[in-house]
Amino acid sequence: MAQAVQTRGPVTGTAAARTRRKKPFLLDLYSTAVGKKYVMAITGIMMIGFVVAHMIGNLKMYLGAADLNHYADFLKHLLYPLAPKGVTLWLMRAGLLAALVLHVHAAYSLTRLNHQARAVKYQGPRDYQVANFASRTMRMTGIVVALFLIWHLLDLTFGTVNTVGGSGTFVREDVYQNVVNSFNRPVVAIFYILANIALGVHLFHGTWSLFQSMGWNNPRFNSWRRGIAAGIATLVVVGNVSFPIAVLTNVVG
Amino acid sequence: MSHHLQNLVLKIWRQTGPNDAGHFESYRIDDISDEASFLEMLDVLNERLIADGKEAIVFDHDCREGICGTCSLMINGQAHGPQKGTATCQLHMRTFRSGDEIVVEPWRATAFPIIKDLMVDRAAFDRIIEAGGFITADTGGAPDANLIPVPKPVADAAMDAAECIGCGACVAACPNGAANLFTSAKIAHLNLLPQGQAERYSRVEAMVDTMDQYFGSCTNHGECEAACPKGISIDFIAMMNQDYRKAKFKNRKALART
Repeated sequence: MAQAVQTRGPVTGTAAARTRRKKPFLLDLYSTAVGKKYVMAITGIMMIGFVVAHMIGNLKMYLGAADLNHYADFLKHLLYPLAPKGVTLWLMRAGLLAALVLHVHAAYSLTRLNHQARAVKYQGPRDYQVANFASRTMRMTGIVVALFLIWHLLDLTFGTVNTVGGSGTFVREDVYQNVVNSFNRPVVAIFYILANIALGVHLFHGTWSLFQSMGWNNPRFNSWRRGIAAGIATLVVVGNVSFPIAVLTNVVG
Repeated sequence: MSHHLQNLVLKIWRQTGPNDAGHFESYRIDDISDEASFLEMLDVLNERLIADGKEAIVFDHDCREGICGTCSLMINGQAHGPQKGTATCQLHMRTFRSGDEIVVEPWRATAFPIIKDLMVDRAAFDRIIEAGGFITADTGGAPDANLIPVPKPVADAAMDAAECIGCGACVAACPNGAANLFTSAKIAHLNLLPQGQAERYSRVEAMVDTMDQYFGSCTNHGECEAACPKGISIDFIAMMNQDYRKAKFKNRKALART
């Protein structure tokens, strides 16, 4: 601002400002709390897009083994022959991995910042008014989803744990049979269902929250934001949870 | 007909100074009129403490009509107590019942160090205002009315933001100790008006960056809006996030075109 303001010496105990070094533009933006929230929102949108597309793609399961396996093969041929086989898929995976790393890093550093911002907690009980279960448990549901993601990759992408405690062999190209083998283990199916509910809870707050963080604010549409969040969360949970149930009830298999 | 409350148990935070650990102390108090405000009840308690030769409880207060933003107090885990849309000074004892236990704590945030007992230092808010919560303009005689046309809905929205009394309830209620509601209200009340346009983007950048030096970050719980004695909407936070984004990415030489 144009005016120079004289800084006054602190009164006893006055809070001291945290200082940060000036960095190159994008890094500098990322080093601010609001900047990190933009990153949370944008990477969140990328991952929401993935989760929704992943669920819709997997619905092919209901059309039978040939359809699902054909769809899996199609993913490897995205933009083929413009891009060599598998390259587009790997670029998308790299983008998602980058989004995930940034999302987790921003969440971790914001959490630390927030703990510092209230170093001494309230000593009496808090009485929250509007903070809901989803918003209060973002960190927990996020961790559950991250752990699930590791399992899920080992199970159905790398196949390392695909048949542990179950039957059959992992065949990379036979996605359908791999899914059936995996979900025929009830413990895996239950873990999968619980993790997806955690994902839904995470999405319910995250999808609403990203509109606020990005400043997509229009009084005409603001009331829709909760509905969109609830809709996406429900869509993903209902779709994903139906797969293990379908396998366990022999609808698929 | 006024009615008197008996046997109230007050669990009040006592702390001798910024570096003291502090502790809760319980006080039993009788014969409190339900027409008394919460602060008047504390006045009565203090009178009795002084009469007993004990040290009075220190708490912030000034106008006692909900417009100055001086009073604070976390009452039973809610900023400004259980009543919606009011500051502690407008909270009356009729909200409570005889025999209630009332827990009273100061605002807690690293940016708001406790000075003594229930009084905190909110100078971090002043730092945010100093960074850009004003319009750099020539002073002089008052301009003619309606010299600058302001659309009515814009004036209304700016007024909604300007209602902020800077009490700090938003920070106190926020699970993260963030000051986004305060900062966004102070930014919006100038950034919405034509007089604020020239410095719109430098203002939002300076104020948000200053806020960042003291406070936590927003996770969109909405607790601040619920606690705000003036009911300031978190829409202003979205507005601030939008203006900050624009401030960072816009070519300011070309601003006049948008």
